[in-house]
Order: sequence, then structure tokens, then C-alpha cells
Amino acid sequence: MTSVATVKSSSGRAAGPRRTGPPQAMSAHSRRTLVAWAFCAPFIALFATFGLWPVLSSLSMSVTDITSRDVRAPFSVDFVGLENYTTLFGDPTFLRAALNTLYFVVAGIPLTMIIALGLAVALNSGIQRAKGLFRVAYFAPVVTSIVAIAVVWRYLYEEDGMINSALAVVGIHGPDWLNDPNWSMPALILMAVWRHFGIPMVIFLAGLQSIPEELREAARIDGATRWRTFRSVTLPLLRPVTLVVAVLLSIGYLQFFEEPFVMTSGGPLDSTTSISYYAYEQFGFGNYGTASAASYVLVAAIALLSLVQFRIFRAKA
Amino acid sequence: MTTMSASTGAATSGIGVLRRIRPARIMLYGALVVGLIATLAPFAWMFLGSVKPTGEIVAYPSSWLPRSPTLDNFELLLAKQNFGLYFFNSTLVAVTCVMGNLLFCSMAGYAFAKMEFAGKRLLFGLVLTMLIIPGATTFVPLFVLVSNMGLSNSYLGLILPFLVTPLGVFLMRQFIHDIPDSLVEAARLDGAGETRIFLRVIVPLCRPPLATLAILTFLAQWNNFLWPLVIAQTEDHYTLPVALALFSVGANGTNYGLLLAGAVTVVTPILLLFLFLQRQFVQGIASTGIK
Repeated sequence: MTSVATVKSSSGRAAGPRRTGPPQAMSAHSRRTLVAWAFCAPFIALFATFGLWPVLSSLSMSVTDITSRDVRAPFSVDFVGLENYTTLFGDPTFLRAALNTLYFVVAGIPLTMIIALGLAVALNSGIQRAKGLFRVAYFAPVVTSIVAIAVVWRYLYEEDGMINSALAVVGIHGPDWLNDPNWSMPALILMAVWRHFGIPMVIFLAGLQSIPEELREAARIDGATRWRTFRSVTLPLLRPVTLVVAVLLSIGYLQFFEEPFVMTSGGPLDSTTSISYYAYEQFGFGNYGTASAASYVLVAAIALLSLVQFRIFRAKA
Repeated sequence: MTTMSASTGAATSGIGVLRRIRPARIMLYGALVVGLIATLAPFAWMFLGSVKPTGEIVAYPSSWLPRSPTLDNFELLLAKQNFGLYFFNSTLVAVTCVMGNLLFCSMAGYAFAKMEFAGKRLLFGLVLTMLIIPGATTFVPLFVLVSNMGLSNSYLGLILPFLVTPLGVFLMRQFIHDIPDSLVEAARLDGAGETRIFLRVIVPLCRPPLATLAILTFLAQWNNFLWPLVIAQTEDHYTLPVALALFSVGANGTNYGLLLAGAVTVVTPILLLFLFLQRQFVQGIASTGIK
């Protein structure tokens, strides 16, 4: 409020603008547009160059036969229609990548949500002691660089590493996680869940805190067990929050890239190659057209999955 | 009994039931502690490992606590591996991007929220569209563009693509939109120019979204590694994650002590920042779902 007062007191020298007639209003209008564009100018310049232009050019790349050799001679590029897309779906590696991405999403999202919700409920169940400590600790992986995480987790997953040592205590002989095609994906899913559950946990926690305690107390007075109260009172009221979490996670998890990039390079035997990783590889090979097409398949999948989730949750609500 | 009711008072105040210690409560804490250990164990392993000599890290069976703690790994990292320079590069890129986002996104956000002008709807529509397009889509053409501009292997090439973000404009626009029009109108009627209104009225009121934007941008840039990995081609432009990523696949890949010390160097600054600003971090990331 003080700042407003400053503006008022210091503006005495200029006569304030009076209500103007139509001709001057026009010029005032265009002056305003000019001022507004001036305010937006730095943003627009950077956004158009490094945001919009790449999107437009990737769209056009996805329907041409452009490769890394054509970058400096764009006129030798031919329009090929949807050929890149048909090539994609004829490529076994891409199909494997699509399947792997599906595996990651179908296993990873529910697991992340259950852990996040479980911890959020535990944190919200009236405990006071060390609540802040728990919340900070659970959130720490979220802010940590994936490259540093990879350095550590590669040790943890070694055949005689910490995870298998822990399993040995309970008598389980653990696999060679990252080098076994059957276990590489579960290993990456576990790591991704560890890295990401903090975000949905905090969102769930906020949702739980907005549910009035009286509702749960009332159910309990009516004789409902804790579990029954959770299922019949808490969960239905959390539905909007659950939708937000599900959509956010699917957008993030469909773009599954960093874990295979730093941990397995998509291997062994393409068992952890995702769509994003496939696109990155094609980019590396110089097949810009194929790479762009693959990334638009991903955009379509993200849009589709988000839409389906909106439908499901809205139908139930 | 009275102490118990005090400690659980918040939850049961509605009907004032006194609670006894129940197995459920013990199980609750048990689950939380197990989760805590599982979450923090990798961090503990990293910090403890970074002060072990390499021989001790690869020894089997390995122990958690270092038998002969040493700072050799960090000394080597700074002396031989130029990590001081990478630290500077990381900081330079992240801080510049934070300043660019704060200034340019709040300016544009103000225009979108409080001014009427031709092209506004179209522009804002484009901003919203870009919010949902994944980075993988624009990665290739962005690289081609920046290379053709001659900016690969330069600080500009590292910084310019992230100097403004659609998310930044969106955040600022939403917050400024909720500032009462009357404040802005009053200042306008008093003859204050838009620049003056922006600096004296809008910016002072925008501390919360500016803090969120600063944290999100710093975090994203400090941890960003794919873009710097393809743009920075010589050591003098490496950022910390790039250096660590290349370091771990190179000839030094088996120097575990050095690797863990590198990981600690990358992680510690952001963890400290997070500890000091935890509320802002958590709220910022939770409110946008993006980190």
C-alpha cells in the first residue's frame, strides 16, 4: 500500500488524463497497444525464436526427409507426407520403445500414486512429532540432479551392491539389476518412483488438509472403521486432486527419458529404450525427420491419456 | 494421559476424545520411518562415500561408515578436474536465467494481465499451447537453430533458450490478474506511466510468484543437463551435471571416490537452498507440478 501512496504523491506534476472523445481515444488505444507490446517485446522476441520457431520447424521436419546433412541446404529436403510416421510403426525398435514406455507408465504411475497417497495420509493423520522432517526428507529426491542420482544408484544396483545386500539379509538372491533385460525396467521404475513421489505426496497432502476433519469424525461416530472412512469419505473427496496428480504424472512419465539415458543407454537389448530415448537416438543418427515424428507420437499419446483421465474421473465425480 | 491428548489434540479437538497409545500409531510411525530410511539411504551412501578412499568404496563387503575419512576426493576434484570452473558455469547460467525470467516474464505478465491490446488473445493462447508441448519435441530443431546461429559452445547458447519460459509468463499473469484493477487504475488516473506502475505497484506486490519463479528456474537450470550436454563441446563451457555425466562414462569412470565427490558437489548447493527455502520450494513445485 505504501507504494501506491508514493505513486499518488509523486504524480502531482503531470495533469492526469481527462476523459477523451472518440478521435483521441483511438490514438490512446493504439498508444496503449504500443506500450503493451513494448512490455512484451523481450519475451516475444525470445519466445518466438526459441519456443515457437522450433515447434513449427519440428512439425515440418516430421513430414520431410530431412537429415543432419540437409541442415545447411534446406532446399534439398523433400516433402514425404506421413512416411516418417509409417516408417516408425514399421520399426521394431520403435514398437519396443512404445511398449517399454507403456510398461513404465502402467507400472510407475499407480505405484507412485499409492506411495504418495499412503505417506500423505500418514503425515495427515494427526501426528505432530517430526512431521516437518518427514516432509522435507521425502521431498529431497525431487530437487536432486538426475546425474548425481545416477552415480549413486548405479552402485546401489550393482550385483553385490547395497540393494542386493539388503535383499540377502532376508534370504533373497537379487538379480544383476541393470544388466538383466527382465530386471532393468523394474530397476528404473523403482528409481523413478523414489525420485518423483515427493511431488504427488505434497499435492495429496494439500488435498487431505482441505477435507474437514468433522466429516471423518462423523463417519467414525456412525461406526465406520478407519479403512471404511478412508474408502467412503476421504477417497471420493480426493477425486479432483487425484485427477491432477494422474494427469501430471502421465505427462511426466510418458516423457520417460532421463533414467534410461543416465543408467542404461536404453539397454540391455533395448529393454529400457523409451519413445523419448528413441527420438534422441534418431536425432543422434541424424534422422531428424524420424526423430520429430517420434516426438509427435508422444505428444499425441500425452494428449490422449490426459483426455481419457479427464473422462474417467469426470464420469465418476 | 494429558500429554497424549495434547500431542494428538489437533486431530481430535472436534470431539475431544482422549487417545491411548495404540498399535496403529506405532505402525504409522514405523511406516514413516521405513519410508524415511529408503528415501535418505542413497543420500547417506553418497555423502559417506565421498569421504572414503576409493579402495574402501569398492571393498566387499562394503561398510557404511568410512574407516579412514579423507577429503582427498574433493581436493583432486578441484585441483585436477576443474570443478571450480564448472561450478562457476552452472551458477552463471542458472542466475542469468533466473534474472531473465523474473524481469521479462513479469513485464509480459503485467501486459497480459492489466492491459488491453491487439494480438493479446492470440499471444496468450500460444503461451498456453507451449506449456503442454514436451521438451523432446523441440529439442532437435532448437539445436539446429542454435548451431546455425553460431551459438553452440557459448554461454549465450546455454542461456538464451531458457531466458524466458511460457510457465514464467503464465505464473506472473495469473498472479497479477488477481491484483485489484482499482490499484492500477488509480495510479493511471494519477498520471503514472506504465513503467512506473509496474515498478512501484506491481513488482512490490509480486514477491510470492517471483520467489516461486526464481526457485523453479534456478532448480531447472542447475539440474539441466541434456541441453548443456549437446551445446557445451569443450570443457570451458561445461556445467556441473555435464562434467559429472561425461566424467562417469570416461576414463575416470572407475574412480568411485572422485565420482561420489562430484555428485556431492552437484547436489549440495541445491539441497542447502532447499533446506533454507523449503516452504517456497514445496509450494512452488506443488502448485505447478513442474520442477
